[in-house]
This record gives sequence, C-alpha cells and structure tokens, in this order.
Amino acid sequence: MDPIHQFHIINLFPVAKLGNAEIAFTNSAAFMLLAVLLLSAFLILGTAGGRAVPSRLQSAAELTYEFVADMLRSTAGHEGMKFFPFVFTIFMFVLLLNMFGLIPYGFTVTSHIVITAALALTVFFTVLTYGLLRHGVHFFNLFVPKGVPIVILPMIVAIEILSFISRPVSHSVRLFANMLAGHIALQVFAGFIILLGGALGAIGWAGGVVPFAMIIALFALETLVAVLQAYVFAILTCIYLNDAIHPGH
Amino acid sequence: MADGTQDEGERKEPSDDEAALSARLQRLGERLANVSRPSENRSGPRQTADRSAIARGFRLSTELVAGVLVGAVLGWLIDRWLGTSPWGLMLLLLLGFAAGVLNVMRAAGVVDERRLND
Repeated sequence: MDPIHQFHIINLFPVAKLGNAEIAFTNSAAFMLLAVLLLSAFLILGTAGGRAVPSRLQSAAELTYEFVADMLRSTAGHEGMKFFPFVFTIFMFVLLLNMFGLIPYGFTVTSHIVITAALALTVFFTVLTYGLLRHGVHFFNLFVPKGVPIVILPMIVAIEILSFISRPVSHSVRLFANMLAGHIALQVFAGFIILLGGALGAIGWAGGVVPFAMIIALFALETLVAVLQAYVFAILTCIYLNDAIHPGH
Repeated sequence: MADGTQDEGERKEPSDDEAALSARLQRLGERLANVSRPSENRSGPRQTADRSAIARGFRLSTELVAGVLVGAVLGWLIDRWLGTSPWGLMLLLLLGFAAGVLNVMRAAGVVDERRLND
C-alpha cells in the first residue's frame, strides 16, 4: 500500500567494510549487474554470427547500433563517433534499467537520484576533461559568446558558466523524477483497487475496474516514458559532448 | 535484386564474384556515407530531444529549476567560504535565474543555438 515501499534498498549480502560503513550488495546493484549481463549477452550473441542476412537477434543488435550511431552523428558530427561506445553504453544501460522497473517485482534503479546523478556527472566530467585536453584554453570560448558588448560581457560569461554547471542537475533530475513520479502514480492507482475492495466489498471490487483501466493506460504511458527518457538522456549526452568537440561559437 | 546477383555469381568464377561483390559493397558504403552526410551538423539539434508534449514541458521546467538551484547553492557556498553573506547568494541567485531562463530558451529553440562548427 505504501507507494514509496517499492523504492526501498535491501541489502542482500555484505561485500566489504570501509571503516564503520558497510558496503553491501543491494537489490539495486543486483539489477544493474543483471542489466550489464543481459546487455553483454545480447550484443555478444547478436554479433557472433556476423551473417550478411542477419538473424533476428543480429538484426536487433544492428538496429540499436544504427539508432545510436545516427543520433550521435546528427548531433555531434563525424568526430563525435569516437564517443560511440560511451553513448551506446549509457543509452542501453538506462533503457534496460527503465524497462526492468516495469516488470512486476522489479526494481527501478533509475528512480534513485544517486544513480542518475552519477551517470550525469560522468558525462559532465567527460565533457570537461575531453574539452580541456583537446582544446586547452580555447575550451573556455564556450562561455564567451561572440558579438557581445564588452560592458555586459562579464555578466554574460557568469550566466553561461552557471548554465554550464546546471547541466548535470537538470540532466539527472529529469530521468530520476520521471521514473519516480510514474512508478508512484502506478502504485497509487493500484492501491485504490485494494481500498475500494476493502471498504465496499463486492461492489468495491467491481468498481475497481475503473482504477484498473487507469493502471493499464498508465502502464502504456510508463513504457513510452521509459524509452523516451533513455533516449532523452542519451541525446543530451550527445549534445553536451558536441560542446566538448566544437566549443567555438 | 538478390536473384539477379545470384544468377550473375553462378556464371562467373567464385574469386571474380567475390571481387565484384566487394567492389559493389564499397560503392554501396560510399553511397550510404554520402546519403547520411547531410543529416549531420544540421542546425537546432536541441529540438530532437523533445518528442512528446509532457517530455517537452518537463524538460523546460527542470532546466529553469536547475539554473536557479545551482545559482543559489553556489552563492550560499561562496558566502560560507568568503563570509560575504548575503551578497554572494543574492547576486548568484539572480544570475542563476538568468542562466535558468537561458537554458529554457535554448531548450525551446528560441535562441539561436550555438553554431556547431564555429
């Protein structure tokens, strides 16, 4: 009944001890490990044949490759393809974790901000490190728009820097909040059925059809959101990487 | 088309066939590369991130909130370190708000997006 209960982290078994803090293998870690294993199996089996006329699995693997490659090429240009493994991993990982959340008794790893923030910060620091290594001081041109009067330039630069720093925040919060809100809404509507049945007996159970229909509609929406948010997360990664590759205005 | 190539292959020597096939594959690869080239570096890549109205609305609101939040937190931290309270918070909150609005306008594609190749 508690709509938040589904997000509880459960320690499965302890792994190590750091001072007083115990590091445990949690249900969240289990689902992440499962995602990595499934993804590896999918791609290894999908590319093992290498046939000219692809099998179904190979076709699926090639479709995902083409999809991410097109996305990266269209936003970050040809040079962006060196980041393909990074973007592909992020997209597939987030997509799979979002989908796991839709399976009954599953756990939505991406509904925890610590996960999405870690992913967003990885992207942020990749952009920063690569931009500085590649362009050196010229990377900071990113913060200096062309054709701005010198009088208001310091303010504009400050705003641009703040805008840059706020990227990982909106990047991580968007995915986390979408997943959290959707799953809470599902749970709340499921709770209505139990409440109705408990309060009104047989009439209540019959009336439960209404929230049940709502759950089905919400579930379809959540499936869309799961895919869409993985896509949005990946394409924002591409857009940010584009700034690292082409920082000039 | 597949039938045509098979007939051709049966008439020729296998090595010849392979050479012809690889040549054709190379031509196909070049053609594909030409076809896909115009799609890259098109302007306004931000718009592709929005597919549905909910996603768009959510994206815009998080952009604004993130800007304001980062400004406020940075201002507060600077005040703590330098003891300039409350000026850092006041200034950076306003700048953060401006950055948030800039983020929203960029995400909505209102402002000209920064050029991709300078």
